[in-house]
Amino acid sequence: MHETSPTRPSRGSPSENRSGGAPSEHCLVPLSGWGRSTVVWARERSGEDLEQVTRDVVLCRGLGRSYGDAALPAREGEAIASTIRANRLLAFDPDAGVLRAEAGFSIHELVRFFLPRGWFAPVSPGTQFVTLGGAIAADVHGKAHHQQGCFGRHLRKLRMRVGDGSIVECSRDQHPELFRATQGGMGLTGHILDAEFQLERLPSPWIEQEVEICPDLHTLMGRLREAGDEWPFTVSWVDGFARGRNFGRGVVVKGRWARAEDAPPTPPPERFRPAVPFEMPSGLLNESTGRLFYEFYYRMQRRGRRVVHPAPFFYPLDSIRHWNRLYGSRGFTQYQCVLPEGDDIAGAQQIFEQLQREHAIPFLAVVKDFGAEGEGMLSFPRSGLTLALDIPIDRDRTQVIVDQLNERVIAHGGRIYLAKDAFTREVHFRAMEPRLADWTRVREKWDPEHRIRSALAVRLLGDEA
Amino acid sequence: MKAVLLGATRGMGRALAQQLAARGEQLFLLGRSPDELAASAKDLELRGAQGSVGYAACDLLEPDGFAAALDAADTALDGFDTVVVTAGLFGTQEELEADTAAAGRVLLANFTHTVMLCEEARKRLLARGGGTLCVFSSVAGDRGRKSVVLYGSSKAGLSHYLEGLDHRYREQGLITICVKPGFVKTGMTEGLTPPPFAGETEAVAQRVIRALERGTPMLYAPGIWRWIMLVIQHLPRRVMRRVGF
Ligand SMILES: Cc1cc2nc3c(=O)[nH]c(=O)nc-3n(C[C@H](O)[C@H](O)[C@H](O)COP(=O)(O)OP(=O)(O)OC[C@H]3O[C@@H](n4cnc5c(N)ncnc54)[C@H](O)[C@@H]3O)c2cc1C
Ligand SMILES: NC(=O)c1ccc[n+]([C@@H]2O[C@H](COP(=O)([O-])OP(=O)(O)OC[C@H]3O[C@@H](n4cnc5c(N)ncnc54)[C@H](OP(=O)(O)O)[C@@H]3O)[C@@H](O)[C@H]2O)c1
Repeated sequence: MHETSPTRPSRGSPSENRSGGAPSEHCLVPLSGWGRSTVVWARERSGEDLEQVTRDVVLCRGLGRSYGDAALPAREGEAIASTIRANRLLAFDPDAGVLRAEAGFSIHELVRFFLPRGWFAPVSPGTQFVTLGGAIAADVHGKAHHQQGCFGRHLRKLRMRVGDGSIVECSRDQHPELFRATQGGMGLTGHILDAEFQLERLPSPWIEQEVEICPDLHTLMGRLREAGDEWPFTVSWVDGFARGRNFGRGVVVKGRWARAEDAPPTPPPERFRPAVPFEMPSGLLNESTGRLFYEFYYRMQRRGRRVVHPAPFFYPLDSIRHWNRLYGSRGFTQYQCVLPEGDDIAGAQQIFEQLQREHAIPFLAVVKDFGAEGEGMLSFPRSGLTLALDIPIDRDRTQVIVDQLNERVIAHGGRIYLAKDAFTREVHFRAMEPRLADWTRVREKWDPEHRIRSALAVRLLGDEA
Repeated sequence: MKAVLLGATRGMGRALAQQLAARGEQLFLLGRSPDELAASAKDLELRGAQGSVGYAACDLLEPDGFAAALDAADTALDGFDTVVVTAGLFGTQEELEADTAAAGRVLLANFTHTVMLCEEARKRLLARGGGTLCVFSSVAGDRGRKSVVLYGSSKAGLSHYLEGLDHRYREQGLITICVKPGFVKTGMTEGLTPPPFAGETEAVAQRVIRALERGTPMLYAPGIWRWIMLVIQHLPRRVMRRVGF
């Protein structure tokens, strides 16, 4: 089920909007990203009819799985549109595998309805609880980036409401610059109403997986790269706590869709997903519990090849609902950067070393190699290594650490992922993004008054607060 | 299953219809807006409903059309075996107190007309040896409460009717299911402050599907409301009078 993202009890008096009735003022609710660090009190409009709910809102929000402030309004009290109830499928061509759906349709639903029929998302991020709109706005990548690219590569057409309120269609032939700027544009080029994209046809709904255990960082990175030649899905998990000769040890997980003859005869069953029932104390995830967890995790790994359920393969973290509550009320941030090919391995090593020195060890550390940059004007991936590091918020130190990491990433010619970011400063972002000027021209053309805006745009693009 | 649904264009009804479609059931939609019905029918076909999903006009505020709507469904499905009613009207106590005509519509639609529709469905189902009638009432009908006096009384009447119907006709093969949702985030509750345990439509739909399979006569959804209502039903009057709930 879709547990929607963090909301705490609301402030202000409830107001009314009945089925069929005209929308009136909504009460203020606290919205935050998946990292639960930044909170903005806002009005959230929601409804099945996206054309109606996107009138007069500053931003769209999907399932709130971006970690920082990408899906938060720029100012307290502003109205945003929640897209999740607009989840209709509009068209599907079963010969070509082309699907058109409303922006609130989620990858979770896609898996549920299409996997049993032999289709899957062309690109799927590490959680299935993302909407189509969110997948496009962040131009998400998955375990197959080195072969399949980002979501945008498989996108064919968008229908959106742009800054002046009008509704336009865009594609590679129609307003191509708007089409490219929207992929990875974090919702700032317009509200996506529906989209047409290509699904992947599967030989079976099961995954053939191989797990390899690597004793140190260099072996791990080497094995990850090599695995990419042979396997369509690859990813690695690094134990950020290990030191000395075990420094950077981890597992490389590889996978491909199982051939029909190797797969079980029945489709993968629905899985029970327990929840973290409430917010845990903020210090729960610390160095000692982390070390303990990894010792356990590392020993538990079953190396070798076998056929597995696609859900734990693609979405291991989804198996526990509300897992972000483990980080307590202070929340956490995910620092995700990409280091361009060349000295990327050295860069990755420096980052892990630095975090150990600072005692800001990432509880989760995912490393993955990217293929070439796609057409999205601001999309994150480019060829090189990406690190995704979950770091508990530690008052003012988090800002200092992110600043240091950003300086290192800039020195390496890399960049950060806006869907995860909450702390980067505008100067650093500009230094990382020579592409920003081109993207900004498109935004200015379609929305010169910045009617569509977000907290992220205030923090990183210099929008008025 | 060959199911007729009234109210499947939005909210819990939509989620339920989508899950029934994924199971490959045969569906027919009733509702008041042809455009919405057409769009939902298409969505359900793409999600795997068996054959094409037809639809016909049926407005809870116009009971004269009920018989024709059910006949259209019967023809399209070649005899339905399940009728699901999720359509209903809502108004806050303040809204309905301020507008007696609106209060009248809520009472008529949720009680009188829903019962009239169920009667039409009952006759058709009994004539073919039985079937399932699944209707959405509400936890608001369990107890007289300050915040839902009018809406709650329409649902209290409906729950009462549904229980009676189940007792009277189960032996003849007609299974009546009364679903009592608690607070669920839909257009109906849009703008209201959600309680901490507010439910999601998908989870409700899953529970209702299980009830359809088992013929459960009454269920709360999400499940936690069973315990909440157990407490509320046992609160003494003087306590109920004091709480604003
Ligand atoms: C556990 C976990 C694992 C993840 N793994 C990956 C991964 O492997 N790869 C990856 O790329 N990402 C990953 N992510 C990030 C996630 O895929 C993105 O943040 C995605 O955008 C979330 O989608 P959402 O529907 O929750 O969007 P939200 O978080 O609600 O919004 C994200 C952005 O999309 C915009 N947006 C949403 N809907 C629309 C719309 N209809 N029109 C215009 N703009 C819109 C918002 O304004 C916002 O800028 C992960 C996140 C989590 C929590
Ligand atoms: N949401 C809650 O918290 C809650 C709690 C307790 C009980 N309930 C009950 O559960 C049921 C479903 O609620 P919901 O929240 O899913 O509602 P919803 O999202 O508002 O959807 C209502 C559905 O009923 C249809 N409908 C409304 N008026 C109609 C009319 N006059 N004639 C025919 N169809 C009509 C709507 O069709 P259109 O597309 O044409 O508008 C829509 O499909 C209702 O009976 C409600 O009283 C809800």
